[in-house]
Amino acid sequence: MIRVSDIYKSFGKVRAVRGISFDAPDGKITGLLGPNGAGKSTTLRVLYTVLKPDQGSATIDGLDVVADPLTARKRFGALPHGAGLYPQLTARENVAYFARLCGIDKTEVDDRVNDIIKLLEIDEFAERRTKGFSQGQRTKVALARALVHDPRNIILDEPSNGLDVMATRSLRELILKLKDSGRCVLFSSHIMQEVAALCDDICIIANGQVAIDDSVDGIRSRTGCDDLEDAFVHAIHMVPPA
Amino acid sequence: MIRTAFIVFAKEILDNFRDRRTLASALIMGPIFGPALFAFAINMSIQQSLENAQQTMELPVVGAQHAPNLVRFLESENIDVVDAPGDRSAAIEAVTVGSSDVILVIPERFGEQLADAIPARVEVLSDQANNDADRDTRRLRSALYRYSERLAGIRLLARGVNPAVLRPLNIDEIDVSTPSGRSAILLGMMTYFLIFACLMGGMYLAIDSTAGERERGSLEPLLSLPVTRGQLIVGKIAATCLFMALSLTLSLLAFFVALEFMPLQQLGMTPNFGPLVLLAAFLLFAPFILLGAALMTLVASFTKSYREAQTWLSVLLLAPTLPILIASILTLRPRLEFMFVPSLSQHLLLVDLIKNEPVNGLHVAISVTSTLLLGALLTWVCARLYRREGLLG
Repeated sequence: MIRVSDIYKSFGKVRAVRGISFDAPDGKITGLLGPNGAGKSTTLRVLYTVLKPDQGSATIDGLDVVADPLTARKRFGALPHGAGLYPQLTARENVAYFARLCGIDKTEVDDRVNDIIKLLEIDEFAERRTKGFSQGQRTKVALARALVHDPRNIILDEPSNGLDVMATRSLRELILKLKDSGRCVLFSSHIMQEVAALCDDICIIANGQVAIDDSVDGIRSRTGCDDLEDAFVHAIHMVPPA
Repeated sequence: MIRTAFIVFAKEILDNFRDRRTLASALIMGPIFGPALFAFAINMSIQQSLENAQQTMELPVVGAQHAPNLVRFLESENIDVVDAPGDRSAAIEAVTVGSSDVILVIPERFGEQLADAIPARVEVLSDQANNDADRDTRRLRSALYRYSERLAGIRLLARGVNPAVLRPLNIDEIDVSTPSGRSAILLGMMTYFLIFACLMGGMYLAIDSTAGERERGSLEPLLSLPVTRGQLIVGKIAATCLFMALSLTLSLLAFFVALEFMPLQQLGMTPNFGPLVLLAAFLLFAPFILLGAALMTLVASFTKSYREAQTWLSVLLLAPTLPILIASILTLRPRLEFMFVPSLSQHLLLVDLIKNEPVNGLHVAISVTSTLLLGALLTWVCARLYRREGLLG
């Protein structure tokens, strides 16, 4: 369960996030939708504790990410935008490194890494060094790395960026699997169709503020647009410029 | 805390041992290149100075026929008299344009003046601004003085006077520098290469753990794990230290081997550089490793990209060599206050060690403690800076 309450974040004069609030409940997929530069990544970066908000707070399973980031970090797995791997390590070593850092015992690491490798279907290239991996392979390994400690909450920043049809499809299946096992999945995207196909709740943000936070049907009825793309554009225009 | 730092440390070691560029710079460039260059340069200069002393010098003489005895004397001094340009003005021209370095001119009246016991005039033509000519000129001049002294002695004897009356002083110069001491001047350069190799060894790790992680996009995932940034930075600096220690060890060994191939004994030098000194040198430089690792990590963490970090660290490589350069130019001797300056203190102590002179225990203690403290302080600063958001770029 992720709860964001009224967070603000500026970088110099740029006011990236101006009072964003939303909830992402367990057992559901929540989509953070918005055009480029809307404040999606900044919001997620506050959540996965690499940025501190200027104002407001956020909790993960009730743990404050600002006051106690170290404890909160145990409760989520994050896939930052454009997450990179260590090119000289194999896919397995990349995942095992993070598993060890997450505090998984040495004796358990192998089993956990094997499980996640199977789950994400990366067996084929698990023993290869990640240098020269395709974008799809890289994303899969980065995902495995984020999920290896079996977190209850999963934060994904534009995970489908640069993936081909097949890779996008298997990513979608994985996200659904995570939801079915009762986890809280929060992911960002700028593609309306992708979000609509997956999400239970959609939070549309623009200019650092929330435009609409509702289900797909709710968004259709509130914007009066049947076409999702029209609804998206309509929603964005509901927010004043920063 | 220790466990996490160790996991980071182990990963960095594995990662960088697989990286050819890091390995090349840590284990080949720094340790081998320095000593090889050093051996080459020293060999060249030794060869040259040995050759110069033994070489017969060719001396064009104008009017050699006027002083057959002088010519014979010069030849006994290993100075070959060769044909000179026709006359005095042609000789001046030859020296001016540089076709000859030094020319001796013996006037027609030389024999006559000598016979009359009037100071007989000879001219030494040379271009004083020319360094090469200077050496030959000095050699010729001292040969002429010796000839002059010999003649004076003969004249006094002929008059029944002991030639010793012309030598009221008997000057004996005694050089107290030991063979090891003389080598120190040349081998002082060694510290420069040691520090250079040491820093080179850790350079790519320092860049990789900061600017590299950021550029690759692996920093944000790493920072969102349930570990403190202090733990991460300690592990990374420790890995950098290990590579630097490896590089330092290799370059000490390379020097050990290189010295075997240098004809230092021919110059009367026997550097004190046995296995024990090797070990002592390592221990002396060990505190500098932490300081260097922390300093490089600190600088690299301020840069925006891998390339920028590389540029800055290349500049940083020169910084610790500055005190050594100044010390060499001013020929500084170890003093208490110098021991607080990292790199300078290591340099001065190592030179003493090589000279086989007693090393001051207090000096060693201050050098080790102050360098270690500064290294620890910089590590702490690194950890603080690793916490700031600007790190993400």
